[in-house]
Amino acid sequence: MKILIIEDEKDMRHNMQVTLEKEGFLVEPVASYQDAISKIGVYDYDCILLDITLPDGNGLEILKLLKEKGYSDSVIIVSAKDSLDDKVKGLELGADDYLPKPFHMAELHARVKAVLRRRKLNGSKLFEVSNVTIEIDSHLVKVNHRELELNRKEFDVLFYLCTNRDRLVSKSALAEHVWGDYIDQTDNFDFIYSQIKNLRKKLSDANAGIEIKAVYGIGYKLLVP
Amino acid sequence: MKLLNYTTTYFAVILVFLLGIWALIFYFEILDEIYDSMDDGLDNQKMLVIRKARQDSITLKQRAFEDGNYIITPTSPDLARGFTDSYRDTLMFMENELEYEPVRLLESVFQQGGSFYKIKVVTSMVEEDDLQKELFFSLLWLYIGLILTIVLLNNFFQQKAWQPFYKLLRRLEKFSIEKDEEIKYEDTKIHEFQLLNKRIDHLLKKSVESYKSQKEFIENASHELQTPLAVSINKLELMAENADLSPNQMEELGIVLHSLERLTRLNKSLLLLSRIENRQFTEKEEINWNPLIKQIVSEFNDFAAHRKVEIILFEEVEIQNSGSKDLAGILVSNLLKNAIFHTPSGTTVEVKFTHNAIHFSNPGSSPLEKKKIFSRFKGTEKADATGLGLTISKAVAEKMDLKLIYNFTTEKHIFSIHF
Repeated sequence: MKILIIEDEKDMRHNMQVTLEKEGFLVEPVASYQDAISKIGVYDYDCILLDITLPDGNGLEILKLLKEKGYSDSVIIVSAKDSLDDKVKGLELGADDYLPKPFHMAELHARVKAVLRRRKLNGSKLFEVSNVTIEIDSHLVKVNHRELELNRKEFDVLFYLCTNRDRLVSKSALAEHVWGDYIDQTDNFDFIYSQIKNLRKKLSDANAGIEIKAVYGIGYKLLVP
Repeated sequence: MKLLNYTTTYFAVILVFLLGIWALIFYFEILDEIYDSMDDGLDNQKMLVIRKARQDSITLKQRAFEDGNYIITPTSPDLARGFTDSYRDTLMFMENELEYEPVRLLESVFQQGGSFYKIKVVTSMVEEDDLQKELFFSLLWLYIGLILTIVLLNNFFQQKAWQPFYKLLRRLEKFSIEKDEEIKYEDTKIHEFQLLNKRIDHLLKKSVESYKSQKEFIENASHELQTPLAVSINKLELMAENADLSPNQMEELGIVLHSLERLTRLNKSLLLLSRIENRQFTEKEEINWNPLIKQIVSEFNDFAAHRKVEIILFEEVEIQNSGSKDLAGILVSNLLKNAIFHTPSGTTVEVKFTHNAIHFSNPGSSPLEKKKIFSRFKGTEKADATGLGLTISKAVAEKMDLKLIYNFTTEKHIFSIHF
């Protein structure tokens, strides 16, 4: 899987590259509009992470160009300008997603993977980690082919952690993703602990081969021991 | 006090004194004039009587006032020689009125045929009391007339003259810096008002400009902060995955991350606030408040449960209106979060629909300061909150043309959205 990062901020670009490479993607970073245009002309990418404000041009122009030429690369707009107008414009131009800065690495993984999953037209909507199978569309979780009953929140937590397997997921990343748009205004995310506790119990009762490990003070990590 | 009444009051007070002094002077002048003319009349009559006495000595026998207005009595030469004419006021019994009335009396002497006679001539006098009374009432009427004229004319002319001023005042009253509208100025020939209009126009334009640039500054600053924040948070997240870190270092890292995330939320809130104030979110759609609130309550349930707070929803009425759904969500979630966040653990947050309002209430011990709670960074003392929640709520409510009101009754903080 090849990912192109178009981002002028050096550290930002580097962070995204490091984290996506850790996820096993092939990542190519470029810093300018011109570099991006020449890369796109030569290679195919599965996903393009696109910053709108570039020093030598507007990222939306790149998006327009991509769509005009009929390329099928998925595009996620990554923007510091979290404005509704840009979001609407970007999505209208054919972007697959819009991720406002600052974001959590875990959220970046989740978005990229979701976009890539959607690209595989006939691809399986199954997600497997160890002996746990997640049917994404029907929200079904099976452990050793036996259905595990989870409520909506527990499912979302499990799925998010599975998407970020072996990676650290901070509490706030999890809360914002699972508890929705409004919860991010709260400042204390300890309340997710009880959901994690329930989920852990259900997983261990079902002898799941995965483990949710708490990383003290920061968040959680899903491991396959 | 109104400007018009102010000048009129001054006129009224000054006129009382002026008219009073003038009346005194006038009264004495007139009195003097009357005496003067009466005395002249008496003098003239005396001459007539003396002339008559020279032709007809029977006149000299006039001893009483019954037949005329004079009496003549003989007198001694000694008395007559040192005598000077005297005028004085005295009383005389009037048959017609059966009472004593004041008269003016002239006493004089004259010589006829070697003998000296004393002559007294009287004339009825204008009653001084009556004069004073008449004068007083005339002055009173004059005073009232003058005041009325001044008030009316003053009102008429001043109002006409001050019209540009009052119009400007009314427009300034309606002016609000948040609304992007210009003030219209009345054309006027009066130099001072032209100057006033010019200065106010200048001042307003300057204030609007600085208000706008301040808003822009906040928005730009917030935008510019996003990338460094993203870089720092992501760097720390990557660092935290480093297995070499000791639990202690991990914990420290967690604290830094937590602070940065707080900064991010604060920044987002500021951005949201300036966006609301910059008149974004202009879309109009049908908002059904009941399901919206139900959904947000369900999102907050876990958060509330963690704080051991119960959220109870009373949906006796359905409330719908049109506006931005995003804004409605922001408003409700901020108020709900605020209630859950500040209520003591183990209590209940109530959300109640009444026919034209939605109330969010939670128990509390003492009322909050109404003036301060909606200002930035004023409402909260808890370290975990951004201090912008209620400010945002207020801004959203204003933007949506709703009223957000705080009340403290029966030991409860109540925030109400009025439709």
